[in-house]
Amino acid sequence: MSIDMEQFKATFIEESLEGLDIMEAVLLEMQPGTADAEEVDNIFRAAHSIKGGSATFGFSDISNFTHVVETLLDQVRAGEREVTQEAINLFLSSVDCIRDMLAGAQEGFEINLEQVAEVKAGLDRMLGSASQATVPAEIEPEATDGSPAASGWKIVFKPFPDMLRSGNDVVRLFRELADMGEMVPKVELEGLPALVDMEPEEACLSWEVTLNGSIGREQVDEVFEWVDGDCELSITPLGDEKALEDMPADKLSTAVEVSSTPVQAAPLVEERRSNNDRRQGDRRKNRSSSENSSIRVGIDKVDALINLVGELVITQSMLGQLGEDFSMDKVERLKDGLAELERNTRELQENVMSIRMLPISFAFNRFPRMVHDLCGKLEKKIELKMSGEQTELDKTVMEKIGDPLVHLVRNAVDHGIETPEVRIKAGKSETGTVHLNAYHQGGNILIEISDDGAGLNRDRILAKAIERGLANNGDNLSDAEIFDFLFQPGFSTADVVSDVSGRGVGMDVVKRNITALGGAIDVESRPGNGSTFTIRLPLTLAILDGQLVRVGEQTFIIPLVSIIESLQVESSRVNAIAGSAELYKLRDDYLPIIRLYDAFGLKPDSASLEDGLLVVVEGHGQQAGLLVDDLLAQQQVVIKSLETNFKKVGGISGATILGDGTVALIVDIGGIIELSQNGRKCANSAAA
Amino acid sequence: MDVAEQIASGLAGTGEVDGSQFLTFLLAGEEYGVDILRVQEIKGWNAVTPIPNTPEYIRGVINLRGTIVPIVDLRRRFGLEPMEYGPMTVVIVLKVMREDKSRVMGIVVDAVSDVYNVQDESLKPAPDFGSVVNVDFVQGLATVDETMVIILDIDHLLNSGELAVMDSAIEHE
Repeated sequence: MSIDMEQFKATFIEESLEGLDIMEAVLLEMQPGTADAEEVDNIFRAAHSIKGGSATFGFSDISNFTHVVETLLDQVRAGEREVTQEAINLFLSSVDCIRDMLAGAQEGFEINLEQVAEVKAGLDRMLGSASQATVPAEIEPEATDGSPAASGWKIVFKPFPDMLRSGNDVVRLFRELADMGEMVPKVELEGLPALVDMEPEEACLSWEVTLNGSIGREQVDEVFEWVDGDCELSITPLGDEKALEDMPADKLSTAVEVSSTPVQAAPLVEERRSNNDRRQGDRRKNRSSSENSSIRVGIDKVDALINLVGELVITQSMLGQLGEDFSMDKVERLKDGLAELERNTRELQENVMSIRMLPISFAFNRFPRMVHDLCGKLEKKIELKMSGEQTELDKTVMEKIGDPLVHLVRNAVDHGIETPEVRIKAGKSETGTVHLNAYHQGGNILIEISDDGAGLNRDRILAKAIERGLANNGDNLSDAEIFDFLFQPGFSTADVVSDVSGRGVGMDVVKRNITALGGAIDVESRPGNGSTFTIRLPLTLAILDGQLVRVGEQTFIIPLVSIIESLQVESSRVNAIAGSAELYKLRDDYLPIIRLYDAFGLKPDSASLEDGLLVVVEGHGQQAGLLVDDLLAQQQVVIKSLETNFKKVGGISGATILGDGTVALIVDIGGIIELSQNGRKCANSAAA
Repeated sequence: MDVAEQIASGLAGTGEVDGSQFLTFLLAGEEYGVDILRVQEIKGWNAVTPIPNTPEYIRGVINLRGTIVPIVDLRRRFGLEPMEYGPMTVVIVLKVMREDKSRVMGIVVDAVSDVYNVQDESLKPAPDFGSVVNVDFVQGLATVDETMVIILDIDHLLNSGELAVMDSAIEHE
């Protein structure tokens, strides 16, 4: 029987990566000097499973490396080692190394061994610099299991008769011991039964092993970890005079105590065993709780579900239309529709809506580490606050928003927050704050990245924009318009914000990505008080709440989220500038009127404003009134891309299929406002 | 449906296939051919949804079982006199390759004609008319039963002009 090891390997790697994430998260929470026992336990457990798994699958590099990490962690756990910032950083780099090694193991490529070696050397150094440096001299006797390097150990190992049945191999144990140092085994043949009575699967031998060399107690324990409970085991240090002489003076007291109390070894073993049992219990408990809080779903499954929902919506709107003016001759179509609906519902049920949207914490998780690293590099003190991590977001949107978010957070850390000196001078607290916040608003998710740094320099951005010919000297621009220059391609304000790079580098890419998702980004900034970038994204890319409108003979869909209100035109409120640019006075604002039939080159019912309806919309931070002939129904529509088989069309963001099977186009509000502005500009320049 | 049956019987009758097979259709009295492997389906003319601000020859888009498919009027594309759409007017849905991506598009033609086997070597290059007629879209000329069939290079045809800007338009986004 052959077992597909590859499958288990994939699971192991996945689990290990999760373990690493946990380690990273906990490490970042950890404050130097105060190690919470539970936190350390968490890290230790993760490291331990990685080590075990990697050894099983023959990734000896990983298991060796993780072993060192684990040893250190064990000392921390036993309270023998204080958690310094240095140690935390070292652990973090180890996490990176293990992650690299795992990736290497997964893809089968060579990894950067130099870096691994470097980190390992660091770990070894720390291990070597010995717990003693930080361990108080008056440690209690229990701590002996952590104390490294007696000059050797005497191990009495008596397997219970059924030990071999649990799959343990004595030979392997001895090989491992032999790897550690000079091993002198002595076998006890007392228990050996006569040949006739011998059960081949029963262990009947016992051993007394003398192990020479400076070996840590944990290492020895580790060898016997798997047979714990299946044997009688006593491990006692060799009370070697030579070893005592070799030891540094400060170690002496410990060592003397150890060697002078060999009697204690036996109860110690017991104690460890019970400890182990307790720990395993904890482990089980923890695992079950973490399984509940996270799901892992293949994107193909999610896509399949979205497709199903799409079909359902189409069927629903078809039935809706059928019901509006139903007569008996349509009963066949109704039956068909209902059958379709039933099929859809069943399929949906089968696929189960258990596959939910993912919380945004998936995207946020990488930031604590990133900010931590950047702080070290830039010598800044920054606290990263996150809120609304449980806000849920479509997975595809999440994947595409990751990079823009990284960019914005980097910017906030790099250029937003000032150095501690500057902050103190400005009368702010030394530690800057970067706040990530996410929440739902209408059909959108809003993500805010705010910092309490220096804020954007409005004047310098304006100066740069004028220099680049994006604005004119006399222009009276609002803050929003000025900050919008940041998103122009290649708009670098390097000298404005810092010497290395400035806000605006790559910001055009950020904006483009967000726009491609159907979202928008806004900037707010107050000098000296920091700035806030707000990303507004649709929750999902697949379905949209739409208002159907009629222009001439055609039906268009306006996304409901962009509609503010709809009203009848009062001609007294219409003003025309220079005869062409029409404005509508709505309360205190003047809205530009966009005649949709004009923009789309259609023939309207009537060209008169009073006969139509004005739909007030907002897009790209601007409001406008769209003139349509009639408002039809509101319904959910499935967004279909025009670009798949055609190309991007100005003013149109996509298409959808209505209940009667015809195609209707979805109006891109931002695009149509831009389009009409450009049209006006063209007309103006033609006139001039 | 007759057309489809006709083609089906045409396919069945040919048995062993030498060279390439071409579906031919009529357009202003001339017979044009397209590679039959690119033909997805043939359907009657139905109302389309026009797309604003596109040239006249792009009639609009239709819903082909959930996919949005643009429809090009080949008469108008070639600058011929447009014809009223009638019961014989058909839409040939084609798969158009562009680099490694494929798109689905429909072309409106007067009528579907026949399926021919054409030996590759009997395909003659179109003579160069200079600037009088643009023969870029012509893959070659074939002679079947003493009549000339113009074999179209649909990838070239449906990726040119207004249809070609699609990628660059996306890049400018």
